[in-house]
Amino acid sequence: MTTHDREFRAAGVTVGELAPRLRFSLRLRPDNLPQARLALGLDLPEKIGGLVTAGQRRALCLGPDEWMLDCAEGDRPALPAGLPHALVEVTDREVTWRISGPRAAELLSIGIARDLAALSPGKGCRTAFGSVQAVLLREGEDSFTLSVWRSFASHVAGLLAIGQRELACGL
Amino acid sequence: MLLIHCPYCEETLPEAEFAYAGEAHIARPADPMALSDEEWRDFLFIRSNPRGTHFERWRHLHGCGRFFNAVRDTVTDKFQMTYKAGLPRPDLSAMKEAAE
Repeated sequence: MTTHDREFRAAGVTVGELAPRLRFSLRLRPDNLPQARLALGLDLPEKIGGLVTAGQRRALCLGPDEWMLDCAEGDRPALPAGLPHALVEVTDREVTWRISGPRAAELLSIGIARDLAALSPGKGCRTAFGSVQAVLLREGEDSFTLSVWRSFASHVAGLLAIGQRELACGL
Repeated sequence: MLLIHCPYCEETLPEAEFAYAGEAHIARPADPMALSDEEWRDFLFIRSNPRGTHFERWRHLHGCGRFFNAVRDTVTDKFQMTYKAGLPRPDLSAMKEAAE
């Protein structure tokens, strides 16, 4: 793998698999947002694509009633039993890569049809990478994280490796 | 590639994120048992299939996951507008007048 690493650095972009983080899927009616915000200590964003961090907890709004929560190890968010909601742990569902470097957006554009320039740092979205559903977060100008369901991981990793090789060759 | 405006995400996004879901504004009969075979057939299978303006459902499958409605011209393949599910069929003549 070392030769690959060197090759990939030459491509102006590095791809690394991240250690799994505790991740939850939260479904909730927007009317119940104020109560949920209070219980979680997180100002859950209402706008789709919005990302909010409070301490070790982070929430990304994926849909009008859907959020993805990332938490630190051992931190288990809970909502009051009387509040209608679904909060499910999905830590093992996805594989997450960090894709960073000056050509990170270019590498992602091999699989994502969306205009990545329109995704500003500190925002995220659910989209498709190489026809696989993926959650993309723009952590910084040149840094992204991409999560796909585990069963598609080898397909996506293969596409990323091909893309890196293409960039390294100057294609 | 078509660009489609998702009324929930309030963004115009590539077609690859969306899935087509048939003609819009077809309500399931409140009492299916009261329908004749012909009426049930019409509900299930008979669609308007117009040449020109078509009201249709789309789903933002790889995105917010919502169904919404769109007005598309089947000749030019151009989307005239999209609107949230559950809203009434928009008045197109009023829209045209407003645009002119």
